[in-house]
Amino acid sequence: MGLTSKLGDLGVVTVRLEDAVNWARTRAMWPMLFGLACCAIEMMSTQASVYDLSRFGMELMRPSPRQSDLMIVAGRVTRKMAPVLRQLYDQMPEPKWVISMGDCASCGGIFNNYAIVQGVDEIVPVDVYVAGCPPRPEQLIHGIITLHERIKQERITDWA
Amino acid sequence: MLDPVEAITNAFPDAIQDVIEFRGEITLVVDSDRIVSVCRFCRDTKGLEYNFLSDVSGVDYYPQEPRFAVSYHLYSMVHNRSLRLKVYLPSDNPVVSSVTSIYPAANWSEREVYDLFGVYFTDHPDLRRLLMPEGWDGHPLRKDYPLGYETVQFSFNFDEIDRHKPYARE
Amino acid sequence: MTGLQDSVWEGDIQQLKGLVSERALSGETMVLNMGPQHPSTHGVLRLMLELDGEEIVSCVPDIGYLHTGIEKSMESKRYEQAITMTDRMDYLNPMGNNLVYCLAIEKLCELDVPLRAQYLRVLLAELTRINSHLVWLGTHALDIGAMSVFLYCFREREKILDIFEMVSGQRMMSTYFRPGGLWRDVPEEFEPAVRDFIDYFPARIDDYERLLTNNPLWLDRTQGIGFLSAEDAIRLGCTGPVLRGSGVNWDIRKAIPYSSYDHFEFDVPLGTHGDIYDRYLIRIEEMRQSLRIVRQALDNLPKGPVRSNNRKYVPPPRSELGTSMEAVIHHFKLWTEGFRPPKGEVYVRVESPRGELGCYLVSDGSPRPWRVHFRTPSFIHLSALPHIAKGHLIADLVGIIGTIDIVLGDADR
Repeated sequence: MGLTSKLGDLGVVTVRLEDAVNWARTRAMWPMLFGLACCAIEMMSTQASVYDLSRFGMELMRPSPRQSDLMIVAGRVTRKMAPVLRQLYDQMPEPKWVISMGDCASCGGIFNNYAIVQGVDEIVPVDVYVAGCPPRPEQLIHGIITLHERIKQERITDWA
Repeated sequence: MLDPVEAITNAFPDAIQDVIEFRGEITLVVDSDRIVSVCRFCRDTKGLEYNFLSDVSGVDYYPQEPRFAVSYHLYSMVHNRSLRLKVYLPSDNPVVSSVTSIYPAANWSEREVYDLFGVYFTDHPDLRRLLMPEGWDGHPLRKDYPLGYETVQFSFNFDEIDRHKPYARE
Repeated sequence: MTGLQDSVWEGDIQQLKGLVSERALSGETMVLNMGPQHPSTHGVLRLMLELDGEEIVSCVPDIGYLHTGIEKSMESKRYEQAITMTDRMDYLNPMGNNLVYCLAIEKLCELDVPLRAQYLRVLLAELTRINSHLVWLGTHALDIGAMSVFLYCFREREKILDIFEMVSGQRMMSTYFRPGGLWRDVPEEFEPAVRDFIDYFPARIDDYERLLTNNPLWLDRTQGIGFLSAEDAIRLGCTGPVLRGSGVNWDIRKAIPYSSYDHFEFDVPLGTHGDIYDRYLIRIEEMRQSLRIVRQALDNLPKGPVRSNNRKYVPPPRSELGTSMEAVIHHFKLWTEGFRPPKGEVYVRVESPRGELGCYLVSDGSPRPWRVHFRTPSFIHLSALPHIAKGHLIADLVGIIGTIDIVLGDADR
């Protein structure tokens, strides 16, 4: 992560600002509790005892969009739900990221019909797509780590 | 314990249009004007006592005429047997009386049939759309309603599909 | 997509005329929106509540936020292809959904199912019931304020999911039941894994009970709340633990046995008070009874094939394809065109973890179902929610939603 320190410097650490900020952002990311369908159950499994998402500083699921910075769209998004989802996204404070969990959220999955939005990227910008129907908890964790890697690449010039 | 076909046809000789037995299930085709009184008879007559309504569902037989059908699945917890009542409705005026006053369980099932098939239920306490958003155009489960297929995004048509996603690149 | 902001409600209270009482229109009572994004509505349920102080005057549920068009999609698929859709309907009970759909096809086609397949179906359906009840218990307790139960429940649930993965290759959406039997026989490791589980699990149920059953906080939040009388339960179409909590002894596994449930011994637990606490006790006891069934099914598991030999409906095994021309023809026909059941309509009901799950299948003789309708317990129970919730405090609504054990995928389809 680019943290540099001089030996014998009595604990003084020098670091680039963007590295420090990116480090802070990835280590305590608050996802929004936004379960829609089957994938939500796997998302719950991911947080529960066996897979333990709190290892990544993410045990705190916020039910309110105003307190969260990561939206995990877990499940199929219907035409009726789409405006609600967009409103929730708009209520989240910047910076914010979206993980599209599962095939239905990513591209409609097996439900290519009148009721389902064919991919949540029609409504909100998506950072990471996680494939699977539903994805295993390991896959979701991999998606989250991919997002972390991506955030660490962000530069100060991109924030403006 | 009464034989349901005999008892109901005796009580309503002109309302029962047909009796079908298929795989051990009895279906009575009922005149659409009389469905409420037949249901009341089925529930209240000693020996029948169909006290439980499992399900109300619609069927669209497009392009046949009469086009719509509504099936009522009755069940008797007393005698442990079930019965299906069926009404056929024409395409130009699919209206039938609601059985909510007899079986309150029919409330949402009838709303669902209204929502997805456009069959109207008179005397229903709260006939609004249930599953689709208000103001949705059409009734999705009708056979002449398209499934609504969207082209899947692959690498060869990536840009074309991407143009339909104005929010994806914010 | 246009019109994204359409459903953001900016109207005035007069638009709700007919849904709320006159007192709400004059501003005496408060109208509050709950959901569709709410941590304790178990999905995307929206409720419009009219409150007098903290008391619920009326409650108008609004569903459809997860309406997937499954019934319409199934009409455009062949009978066998459509099984994958049933899994995703009630996603806590995928095997049970497979079962009701396969039973409907089998009834329509008069297809026989070998005894081994029937026993394995029962076994897996009961494991699914435990699986579903574990999610229910975890989330229900979490809603009411007991966090640790959730973590324990999901620990045990993983063990069941491992068994599902072992037989079908998928943790949740197994699509393991097929018309005429099962996809394939269970692997060798299946029996020891299930035995491990049934030896390990009873002590865990005792653990949950130690955390909750006599816990004064739990009793305060559940006893006498969410009352439903037996007459109302039948009138409103309630089934499953909700009906049995009110003391009505009606379990489809006993009343109309399917898939050889009549070969197994088990008790049907009944409640007396019809409140949240009784339904909690019933579901805990049902988990024990399910274990009994699983044990019996495993002990008496017959040997033999797991799929019917009727080549009109069931594809031949791979081993026959290399030697028999007839098998190749059957295989080709079934996978290109599908089978054609006779014209007619059937209705099949099974006992899902939530109640009566019915499948109404109409065939017109073509390889695709003309109409598939699922009578789902969550849908009917949700329609009874206004009746149950009336007069309770808003804090208890969370417990009431939990106790009727809804799955929104099941309600909206």
